[in-house]
Amino acid sequence: MSPGGRAPGIDLDGRFEIGGAALFDGLRLRLEPGRWTCLLGPSGVGKSTVLRLIAGLVTGGRFDGRIRADDGAALKGRIAYMAQSDLLPPWLNVERSVLLGARLRGERPNRERARRLIERVGLASHRHKRPSALSGGMRQRAALARCLMEDRLVALLDEPFSALDAATRAEMQELAFETLTERTVLLVTHDPVEAVRLGHRVYLLLPEGLEEARLPENVPLRAVYADATLHAQAELLRRLRAVRLQRRA
Amino acid sequence: MRRLLDVAVTAAVAVLVWQLVVCATGVQHFILPGPIRVAEALYDHRALIAEEAMVTAAEVTIGLLLGAVLGAATALHLMVSPLARRFLLPFLVFSQAVPVFALAPLLTLWFGYGIWSKILMAVLIIYFPVASTFYDGLRRTDPGFLDLAETMGAQPERVLFLLRVPAALPSYASGLRLAAVYAPIGAVIGEWVGASQGLGYLMLLASGRAKIDLMFAALLVLALFTVLLHAGIGRIADRLQKAVQ
Repeated sequence: MSPGGRAPGIDLDGRFEIGGAALFDGLRLRLEPGRWTCLLGPSGVGKSTVLRLIAGLVTGGRFDGRIRADDGAALKGRIAYMAQSDLLPPWLNVERSVLLGARLRGERPNRERARRLIERVGLASHRHKRPSALSGGMRQRAALARCLMEDRLVALLDEPFSALDAATRAEMQELAFETLTERTVLLVTHDPVEAVRLGHRVYLLLPEGLEEARLPENVPLRAVYADATLHAQAELLRRLRAVRLQRRA
Repeated sequence: MRRLLDVAVTAAVAVLVWQLVVCATGVQHFILPGPIRVAEALYDHRALIAEEAMVTAAEVTIGLLLGAVLGAATALHLMVSPLARRFLLPFLVFSQAVPVFALAPLLTLWFGYGIWSKILMAVLIIYFPVASTFYDGLRRTDPGFLDLAETMGAQPERVLFLLRVPAALPSYASGLRLAAVYAPIGAVIGEWVGASQGLGYLMLLASGRAKIDLMFAALLVLALFTVLLHAGIGRIADRLQKAVQ
């Protein structure tokens, strides 16, 4: 599943303003090469904005600062993106959706590879179905296959599993982790359980800056039922709730 | 099938009431002819009515096709050209302030008594609804799709044809539904203002000679044609919608 080349580390530092007010200031975030970085935090704090800035998407605000890959090359064209909604056009079947990137770029679609990836995410018998004939979990699998098809060294995931039920979500986390190997991944999430399972590093984004969460010694993908995992998840939830109380006061 | 039956029942009741009103009031047949008289007129003048109906049908169909194509082309042009958005869009909106009916005498003057002035009338009346509904649809593509396309390094014209256009087909379909209602109005108004053929012309002629039963017969055929047209376009619109949902 790994794309060619070596995944770059990514550094973002700077200040972001929207409507004249700073959303964050002096933020320094590093995504380590080939690792999963999870970004948590209260709603409206700018998690998705950070992801969109790295992706080079419009944010509706002003960013002053730097975003760079540590290998010096531009990030444009090296990023694959997954959002909370599956973003499967309702008029395309799974296979065509997976090939969408190639068609949008005017490249020759590699059907053979698309079929392999669709098989890899467990949708082999569904590749001619449209999204309306698939469950939410299957649709996110198709979106993952499309993300893998893009064959990029950086994957930016904006709450991709948040609309799934708990069991499907755990399954998707495992599949995504196994398939997105050797890539630099940023996962924006509001779920401490997900962050602790998947993150090599987990940060809380707060108005005053980043706060790194303590994680178990072992590496992800962390076992769902291990005591150390559960403990770290509970700690992270406690911290999130404390932040929420502080903000309310 | 069920719906067809319902329509038939309603129509039968309406015809019955119509006949009863005519009998009960004893109204003169050159004011309001009864349904039997109208049916007789329809039968007696079937060749004439069919001939005129063909003319109107041709005007409406050609007008509809041209309006649908021109409207779609305009919407696409507005999407790709900032210059068109700047100069053409305000003009389009302003042009809607002019009642199209007021242009009918002018069109007759310029394009004559033949079918072209009526076709143009139909085109003018449906062009704006088609163009504006399609343009709205093209602009309202789910921003998530556009973000995705952006990260994929998509070419802008491919985004237009692979994402924006399919996503806007339901809007275009509603534009077509509107057009199917408006196009016959345009053609008939054109015929009223100046024509030598068509159902509108026949109605005017019949009315001038106090042949109100013939006028009703022509009106009936016109109504039937409009309903069929609406149903036909509705089916095409449904197909367009189903293709992308």
